[in-house]
Amino acid sequence: MDTQLRTFEVFHQSKRGEPHVHVGAVHAPDAELALMLARDQFARRLDCTSLWVVPSDQITATTPAQAEAWFEPATDKSYREAAGFPMRDIIKKAENWSK
Amino acid sequence: MSMMSVLSSVEPQLDWAEPQTGPEFEARLAAFEARIQRGEKIEPNDWMPLEYRKQLIRMISQHAHSEIVGCLPEGGWIPHAPTFRRKLALTAKVQDEAGHGQLLYRAAETLGVSREQMIDDLLAGRAKYSNIFNYPAVTWADVGMIGWLVDAAAIVNQLMLAEGSYGPYARAMKRICYEESFHLKQGHHFIVTMAGGTPQQRAMVQAALNRWWWPTLMMFGPSDRDSVHLEKMMRWKIKTRTNDELRYDFVAQYAPQILRLGLTIPDPELRYDEAARRWRFGEPDWEEFRRVISGHGPLNAERLAVRRAAHEEGRWVREALAAKSNRVQ
Repeated sequence: MDTQLRTFEVFHQSKRGEPHVHVGAVHAPDAELALMLARDQFARRLDCTSLWVVPSDQITATTPAQAEAWFEPATDKSYREAAGFPMRDIIKKAENWSK
Repeated sequence: MSMMSVLSSVEPQLDWAEPQTGPEFEARLAAFEARIQRGEKIEPNDWMPLEYRKQLIRMISQHAHSEIVGCLPEGGWIPHAPTFRRKLALTAKVQDEAGHGQLLYRAAETLGVSREQMIDDLLAGRAKYSNIFNYPAVTWADVGMIGWLVDAAAIVNQLMLAEGSYGPYARAMKRICYEESFHLKQGHHFIVTMAGGTPQQRAMVQAALNRWWWPTLMMFGPSDRDSVHLEKMMRWKIKTRTNDELRYDFVAQYAPQILRLGLTIPDPELRYDEAARRWRFGEPDWEEFRRVISGHGPLNAERLAVRRAAHEEGRWVREALAAKSNRVQ
């Protein structure tokens, strides 16, 4: 009998208000047991306020080989950033306009 | 680009038959090594040479087996702990080790080997694990000596591994080191308490030190001059320091603490060389090291027999879980 079981990815929240962070995975037959094992494995010592488990095969991911095409800006994206709007020179110009 | 080409899962998709020579391979290898040189981590779905994958599977699975077999020398003492607090601490430590084994099996699985396969290899005697667990914990003092010195040596080694290039292994190491700092602390507390106790307790501590000193030094593996693949392991940052460097660090860090307790380290060559500002110490018995690692240590057969029996006794649990799993899907 195949006893390898499925895997569930585990997400751990250490404090209310904090994000759930991926901490690892457990082998389990179903989500309920996955949660119990995740508690034993990832919350037996560290503070924990909430755990999520997600079947590993339900996660869709980008591939590292394509990361550049996905994430590297093809063109100048400074128009999306606060730093893309420098103020010093234009403030000086506007304030001195009537002088 | 089509959507099919960019989406994947968190599970690795492997081509074990990919050619490991030729211009395309060389170009990918150069990019892989450049990434490691830049200090970036390698993640499960990244391209990697087959040899890197195999070396990591070998190392991580041996490490996982060591955690699982490592439960045995101490686990046997849980019913005999002299106080309730020591019993709780020892139980927690053994539970951590079982947990570390599971974390490491999972880290190895990201490279394309299954936990079932690794456990089968261990039970069949095809896999190695740390030599140290083939020695017996003779008295209660041995339990403290394992908690202090064996875990200290493990931490020295694992802090190095936490800097390694493979992301899932490095992340597991950080978490494991955090928990092992508790193992080390409770072991230190244990030994210092006994070393300040009755003459008989002090004698037990000294006898335990005599048994565990050399096997602990051997935990760092063979001498650099006998270490195969060292250059490549360092270039690929599977290891970032050599066995001899780690062994030296352990001695420099822990020999002074042991000597301050008035204990005697069983090495006539051990001394601090003031002029060179370095510790000098003798060589472990490499003949013994090879004998134990090839399966002829004091307890190799017994350790595996206990693991096999535990595996058989747990079979009905695994099968019940698997049946539940099949029904749910």
